[in-house]
Amino acid sequence: MSVSVRLPTILRPQAGGLSEISAEGGTVGEIVDDVVRQFPGTASHLKAPDGGLHRFVNVYLNDEDVRYLGGLETPVPAGAQLSIVPAVAGGGG
Amino acid sequence: MLRLRHDQWLQMVGHSLDCLPEEACGLLGGRADGSVEVFRPCANVDRSARTYAIDGLDLLRFERELETGGEGLEILGVMHSHTHTDAYPSPTDVERAAHLGPWHFLIVSLRHPEPVARSYRILGGQVDEEPIILAPI
Repeated sequence: MSVSVRLPTILRPQAGGLSEISAEGGTVGEIVDDVVRQFPGTASHLKAPDGGLHRFVNVYLNDEDVRYLGGLETPVPAGAQLSIVPAVAGGGG
Repeated sequence: MLRLRHDQWLQMVGHSLDCLPEEACGLLGGRADGSVEVFRPCANVDRSARTYAIDGLDLLRFERELETGGEGLEILGVMHSHTHTDAYPSPTDVERAAHLGPWHFLIVSLRHPEPVARSYRILGGQVDEEPIILAPI
């Protein structure tokens, strides 16, 4: 099943400049894996060393943060939109 | 170079003061040449005097707004305040910048009686200050 995936600015150069791509999968994890398979340059921004999501990235399924759904196991229905969004943070310390 | 209008600068300082004692943050929308067209104050979800974080949904919605506006605007960068340190990127700022891309990082320091703003590009861990051009409203 193919869904639309919105990419953050930093990943677009690794995906031929596209802001939105199609990826295959039935869960958030499968879709993220397919994004990495299609565009290997995105791996270091998307994946943590343990195979989970990178901690500086948030993934939204139709505006719902997948961390509050089922994480990488969250089922993704046909026609859904997945958005990968950078975690914008920092501070004076 | 980052080009700001005077009203945007006042809005950023006002937002920084309003958020005290916590750090303030917001997003800069504009043109690829560094001209800020929209400043979007955001909630600091960390609610902290030492760190800030922007809700990913705020970022996503702002980005969509800019794109659907049809004026070719994009997210240019992020503004945040340092409540008790100078307007220079902290090690945390530099680490996190590596995951945001070639953004402009504007910091408003409230350390001194007069607010101080500086803007930076942070690429590959290297911090380079850039001029801020303040344009009339």
